[in-house]
Amino acid sequence: MSNIVVDKSKVPWWVSNVIVPLVNLTLALLVSGLFVFIAGENPIEAVKLIIYGSFGYIQGFAYTLYYTTNFIFTGLAFAVAFHCRLFNIGGEGQAYIGGLGVFLVAINLSFLPVPIVWLLAIFGAFLFGAAWAYIPAYLQSKRGSHVVITTIMFNFIASSLMIFLLVDVIRDTNQMAPHTVKLPEEIWLPSFEAFSGILGIKIRYSPLNLTFLLAIASLFFVWFLVWKTKWGYEMRAVGHNTQAAIYAGISPHKNIIIAMCISGGLAGLLGVNEILGVSHKIQAGFPAGYGFTGIAVALMGRNHPIGILPAAFLFGILYQGGSEVTFEMPNITRYMFVAVQGLIILFSGALENLFRPQIESFFVRRLNREVNA
Amino acid sequence: MEFLSDIASLINSTLRISTPLVFAAMAGIFAERSGVIDFSLEGKMLMAAFVAAVGSYYLGNPWLGLLLAIIVCVCLSMLHGFASVTHKGDQVVSCVAINILIIGLTTALAAAWFGQAGLTPTLNEDQRFLEIHLPFSDALRDIPVIGTLYSDILSGHYVFVYLAYLSVPLVFWIVFKTSFGLRLRAVGENPSAVDTAGINVFTMRYKALAINGVLIAFAGAHLSTAVNANFFREMSAGRGYLALAAMIFGKWHPKTALIACLLFGFTDALQIRLQGVELPAIGEIPVQLIQALPYILTVVLLAGFVGKAIAPNAIGQPYIKER
Repeated sequence: MSNIVVDKSKVPWWVSNVIVPLVNLTLALLVSGLFVFIAGENPIEAVKLIIYGSFGYIQGFAYTLYYTTNFIFTGLAFAVAFHCRLFNIGGEGQAYIGGLGVFLVAINLSFLPVPIVWLLAIFGAFLFGAAWAYIPAYLQSKRGSHVVITTIMFNFIASSLMIFLLVDVIRDTNQMAPHTVKLPEEIWLPSFEAFSGILGIKIRYSPLNLTFLLAIASLFFVWFLVWKTKWGYEMRAVGHNTQAAIYAGISPHKNIIIAMCISGGLAGLLGVNEILGVSHKIQAGFPAGYGFTGIAVALMGRNHPIGILPAAFLFGILYQGGSEVTFEMPNITRYMFVAVQGLIILFSGALENLFRPQIESFFVRRLNREVNA
Repeated sequence: MEFLSDIASLINSTLRISTPLVFAAMAGIFAERSGVIDFSLEGKMLMAAFVAAVGSYYLGNPWLGLLLAIIVCVCLSMLHGFASVTHKGDQVVSCVAINILIIGLTTALAAAWFGQAGLTPTLNEDQRFLEIHLPFSDALRDIPVIGTLYSDILSGHYVFVYLAYLSVPLVFWIVFKTSFGLRLRAVGENPSAVDTAGINVFTMRYKALAINGVLIAFAGAHLSTAVNANFFREMSAGRGYLALAAMIFGKWHPKTALIACLLFGFTDALQIRLQGVELPAIGEIPVQLIQALPYILTVVLLAGFVGKAIAPNAIGQPYIKER
């Protein structure tokens, strides 16, 4: 137990928002190194492979940004709900259903002009994801069912529902594997290599596509929504102190529903990247854990778009560099990086106050000394 | 007679399938009654399954595997306490961290030590728990009703099944009939009053979490060293969350939580039997829908269509001692 009392108003913003998160991240990565060592591999070599895999060549870097795109969506999804003190652990299921929205819109409306199909497909992703988050939100607000359990259950239910649809309803009947037909090529989102081709640079295939810009736009959208609108203020008020919010005439029910639906919608946008941008069809299990990683991204980024961008990029590096590691080191599987996520959530979320008082008081004392000198 | 034996086998599998849920719900009662949210039951169950399987494989004795699982689960509970009791971190975040960490770690280590599939080696008969046949169960089998009840339903379970149902009255007694239980409940309802009475809130919460760790270890060991003979990836399959839902539905009481666990177990047992069966008028239900039944049931039960659940008053709030 630390008994250090720090005057919060004297702590510079960069200490609590940059230094402390970096210390927590470093601790998480040190423990991760220990796990790599226990698994029988050299952690230093693993770090070298991660850096080479994610930055070492242009194709690898494009993959890093592709993963970053997914993590921005799921990170923002968790963050929006968290500002209303709701733990949306259901990003995985919402993304899965969002993918269904993209596909259904795109396949049925592919006769429309291309940019309109894109816009409608993005809308479809958002709507389907939001709808999947609506039920847990409603149950939380009206029946008091804890949103953590219901969203987890909705992940399982989404997975069963999608497998059912993929096997029995929308499967490409010419194939054995449970996936749909491909979307017509005209409506695929332009890829990174198409752009670099215009600029005269020739690169090999990468999944990076136009959705990256949608992710950047989403960062601005969330920042504006949460911090610059009346609704964002109401939502944060409900999250901060429900009783006070009710007293101020703010409806918790309405805000819980809106927060969860926007959260689910943002998670659903992952389907735009995966289906309109990369695979052009729904494959079983395509959200592949991105929804859960979003929790770590949001907590590391302190639930703010400015923090979520670097956090998503860091996880992009870990994913892309991680696949390089699993390729080179037989004892490391991608699950090691799931464990790393857990550690990052632990140290930058639950244990974020571990060294905060010590670090903050250290800087406050130093700055005081400079002022006095 | 075939109908009767169908019922008997359904009850038999309900008892077996409910076992890890019962342990987990009892573990949850201790944590949550003391005011600490525990979503990490899922992760701890998975870790216990992994440690019990690996321990039993190397040490050659399932009881030693169980012992190791208990030690590791108590450590994880202490980690949860360290983050959320001592450092007043967010309890839900701490649980989510533990769950994700363990999904990753167990599979990563299983892959590193035993090959890429992420399975642990199959345990032989000496390394796992076997079904216990109660005395005279073969001799009594042919007696109508009593024979079925004794030989087909009560006999022939793993040791964990008996322990799970014995743990329920024990937990009831500890929580509601002892002074420790009184303090435990008081810490969850009104920690500052308990503090005023000279009882250390933090110590009480750590004790509750330690018991929680011991109980959840049994659930994991049941999965990997009794019903299955190895550990596989994400083998807990949401049971920790189901148990938590059962506990909430049971209003944080051992007896009602047990009933909810049995209901989940029954749904799951029915789910296995319904697969591929043609039902009159409906036809064959899609297997995915049947598999999703326990999860749908959880949502329905949690929506509290059978009355509102009232949680311990101080749940989820870190205790801050006045200076």
